[in-house]
Amino acid sequence: MSKRPATETSDPALTSKRPKPPSGVTMSLERIRLEHIPESYRVYGALFRDVSNASFLQAQLISRNPEFEYAFVDASTVLSRAHLLAAVWNAVYTSVEGNLRTPNVHSEVVASLNINNNIADGYRRWGITPDKTKDLVVVKILSSPDTLGDAQQEKDVWTRLTAQVKGRPVQLTDQEIAQVTDWQKVRKYYKMNGAPVLDQTKDEAEKRKKMESLAIMGMALRGL
Amino acid sequence: MTEPTTEFPPPKILTLSSTHKPILITQGAEGRLYKTPSPFQPNQFCALKYRPPKPYRHPILDARLTKARISSEAKVLDRCYREGVPVPAVLAKDAAAGWMMIEWIEGEPVRVGINTWLGERPEDDAALDTTQEDETPLIDLMKRMGVAVGALHRTGVVHGDLTTSNMMLRPWADDRLPNGHGDKTEKAKAVAGDVVVIDFGLAMQSQSDEDRAVDLYVLERAFASTHPRAERLFHHILDSYRESFKKAPGVLHKLEDVRMRGRKRSMLG
Ligand SMILES: Nc1ncnc2c1ncn2[C@@H]1O[C@H](COP(=O)(O)OP(=O)(O)O)[C@@H](O)[C@H]1O
Ligand SMILES: [Mg+2]
Repeated sequence: MSKRPATETSDPALTSKRPKPPSGVTMSLERIRLEHIPESYRVYGALFRDVSNASFLQAQLISRNPEFEYAFVDASTVLSRAHLLAAVWNAVYTSVEGNLRTPNVHSEVVASLNINNNIADGYRRWGITPDKTKDLVVVKILSSPDTLGDAQQEKDVWTRLTAQVKGRPVQLTDQEIAQVTDWQKVRKYYKMNGAPVLDQTKDEAEKRKKMESLAIMGMALRGL
Repeated sequence: MTEPTTEFPPPKILTLSSTHKPILITQGAEGRLYKTPSPFQPNQFCALKYRPPKPYRHPILDARLTKARISSEAKVLDRCYREGVPVPAVLAKDAAAGWMMIEWIEGEPVRVGINTWLGERPEDDAALDTTQEDETPLIDLMKRMGVAVGALHRTGVVHGDLTTSNMMLRPWADDRLPNGHGDKTEKAKAVAGDVVVIDFGLAMQSQSDEDRAVDLYVLERAFASTHPRAERLFHHILDSYRESFKKAPGVLHKLEDVRMRGRKRSMLG
């Protein structure tokens, strides 16, 4: 498995000019490690910029095409990696416990980003939207490892994904996510406007950490 | 298998994967607190608060009570965090299963910091304690405690169980720590750090002066019995509380009534 050197992705100027690598050669797919879920689970994540086939992708979800079992999240509504992973963790945990509120673990990721129990509202705000979604987070959750091994599974997921999503893959890092976050939207969706803790915080990095905590807390308290 | 963990089986959530063994921090009357890796923040820990089922209670009633209590504690933490009161953030919860995970606060409980400052000398030193020693670091901590309690009350929350065990002392970054070497610096470090309020299991929403005064009274009594040699400094907590929000002077006035009733009650019984 080849990983791009860190310097190449940390420079936004370079990142935005880089052409899409041929699929299967360079992987921007990442195996995500979560705690307190069964060890058999495999979770992969990727971020695509400038996606041109959002309408097609959403249509596949609606028609329940089994080739498209992913969580597609509009990246503008994600404020950090931990924010995204909180939703992924919740979806896997809910699935393990047999308490899914939506058809499957992937739709559960999208619904888990919401702070209320309205599932359609969750899809509309955090899910993929034709003509609106430009940057896309993709999460693939598998409940068991591949018999051919983790490396092969990772490669297969990536090969298929790059054939399906028309966009420019980048690493799923806090820096890359921050480039596409729509802060106004995030503030509204998580009811952060007027939160005294944010007004009291001057340092920008510290403020983002607090926004992340507020979002995660809103998700954890959903419906309370 | 002679470990205490066999006596208290951990909640199911802590058995799903086992990269790190959960550490049982406390086993209280109401529940247990574990230190365990954060579910989704790599290389970070979280505190898992778990209320096990109570076998002597009717199972349906027990499940409802547990769920309500976890939810209530999570809700209070959310409210306090939003309002800028220093409390741990909530990461995840399953109220029906009786647990919630909250941000791990580094450092020691305030109780430990104060006791380290006071040292190991016997209690009857109390009279001799008013030496020339510079007590500024300890007094500063007391003032920060008063500010934290004031911030809490200002948001309309009363804690219900204010003690020096239910406040953590989160270390400052190195550049804010007292510098130098020797015993004096070590002592000052023990009482350095931000005060973070924890354990909202008995908290409720209230704006009443009476409820707030009872909160302070509980702290006063707990402080006197945990740190008798620092009791004479307790007023510093109240002094900074007085300045921390508009209604504080009224609360302190009420506190005098509450003390009076407390004294009468202890004389009677
Ligand atoms: N978020 C936290 N971070 C670090 N330590 C904690 C945290 N919450 C609790 N603790 C530790 O665990 C102890 C018990 O937790 P607490 O919430 O006070 O439960 P209890 O209701 O059993 O008193 C605390 O006194 C403190 O030492
Ligand atoms: Mg406690």
